[in-house]
Amino acid sequence: MLEGGPLDYLTLDYLAEITMSILQKQRARDPRAGFAHDFAGLVKRSARHIAERGVKIVANAGGINPEGCAQAVAAALQAAGHGGRVKIGVVSGDDILPRLDEFIERGIELKNLDTGAPLTTIRQRVQSANVYFGAFPIAEALCQGAAVVITGRCNDAALALGPMVREFGWKRDDWDRLSAGTIAGHTIECGAQTTGGNCQADWETIPDYAGIGYPIIEAEADGTFVITKHPGTGGRVSVAGVTEQLLYEIGDPASYITPDCIADFTTIQLQQQATDRVRFSGIKGRPATEFYKVSISYGAGYKAVGTLVYSWPDAYKKAKAADRILRERWDRLGLKFDAVHSDFVGANACHGVMAGEPSPDIAEIGLRLAVRSADKAAVERFTRELVPIALNGPPSVTGLGSGRPKAEEIVAYWPALIPKEVVKPQVAIVS
Amino acid sequence: MKTQLREIAHARSGDKGDNANIGLIALKPEHYPVLVREVTAERVKQHFAGVCMGNVERYEIPNLRALNFVLHQALDGGGTLSLRTDSQGKTYGAALLRMEIEI
Repeated sequence: MLEGGPLDYLTLDYLAEITMSILQKQRARDPRAGFAHDFAGLVKRSARHIAERGVKIVANAGGINPEGCAQAVAAALQAAGHGGRVKIGVVSGDDILPRLDEFIERGIELKNLDTGAPLTTIRQRVQSANVYFGAFPIAEALCQGAAVVITGRCNDAALALGPMVREFGWKRDDWDRLSAGTIAGHTIECGAQTTGGNCQADWETIPDYAGIGYPIIEAEADGTFVITKHPGTGGRVSVAGVTEQLLYEIGDPASYITPDCIADFTTIQLQQQATDRVRFSGIKGRPATEFYKVSISYGAGYKAVGTLVYSWPDAYKKAKAADRILRERWDRLGLKFDAVHSDFVGANACHGVMAGEPSPDIAEIGLRLAVRSADKAAVERFTRELVPIALNGPPSVTGLGSGRPKAEEIVAYWPALIPKEVVKPQVAIVS
Repeated sequence: MKTQLREIAHARSGDKGDNANIGLIALKPEHYPVLVREVTAERVKQHFAGVCMGNVERYEIPNLRALNFVLHQALDGGGTLSLRTDSQGKTYGAALLRMEIEI
């Protein structure tokens, strides 16, 4: 992205929904940890572009320790010979883990958005809690001269909207333009998924997946923009591919709610302006809500997954028999789980009954067994009870080369809302 | 005449908690009214019997020649809790393209 053509801002999204709980555990072991470690290395490699070309970098690499991340970045810039000359902006205040009990006492229940259950039902198992902030704290850090902006949890699209707010001076009630910038950010937030990756439309004709280009927003002050990619890179920017990405992981398309606005996808006009250039116009939006979204993670028991591969002849029959035998053995052992799930990979693991019956002549079937339990010992027993079926069950089975599967802790996700007035983003500059 | 949805549409799917969403897009403008007429929320619910345990909502996005479906309780608990191979509904878009429709 830095070397393939002109660029003013590079944005990077590091935080999947469960990443925060992993980072909380890292910081519990080492108070200096808790952020995306590879980001400092990236800044070091990019130092020349930042210092000489004026490219700015915006990333949510701060995780639950944005200040620690900023220290690591400062050290990386120092090592690259640019120490003290590049301002680093830090957006924090999103980590509300220490304040959860205070909120609950004040009557802020942090109800699960999907189930309606109050947070008190899982309070003791909470591992992380972060507010999704919007674009304005990022814009403020940029206004204060930051060339690298590090945030904790923030709305994915805000990473792109922040620079637009900074460059174009968009106001907090400029709903149409904020919505346009939000939709631009949403379009690029999954990287190459908008430049031909994971694209169903004409996937076989998409050129050079191995050298696929990442998306670039060419933004205008009026809220129109073009999605493109650097010349000479692989992939494709088409109306079909961009439309697939627009619809990715959305709910009501007329109400795409972010901290900054409510964007209306039913107003988007797309036009293939030239090869690998799709122009967006006409976007409308509505005022933001009074709430921030909160992402809470909590321990939800244990699970393990194991796979056995059965070959022709009668692969599907053998896999189904093995599944029955294993379950019968667990019954006889009195082994109980909260959930057991069997998938027959090659037959119907993805599409269930929609896939129909596999050919009786099918070459092989993967039997994928998964269990879940609040009791770690039960899940560990499953991992020991799986492998012997290779010797004690139906024939022509393989795929156990890596041995027993591992029991892993499940960190589940609890989405909630919090009134904006009780949490405030903080912006700081370090040199 | 009957045809499979994949002949006139493409799709992308993903997850939000225990809900999956499927964006269904007409390959040509003249196919969009066919999608609106044929691919109702009820038919999608039937199509995903045994996969989607909750209700199905449909949203129309005519400017993109697209429909968006939200399938509730469709991911065995969703995300990290789900024991399914496709715990995030990534292949549900392709599954929808199996549907037989009248054109």
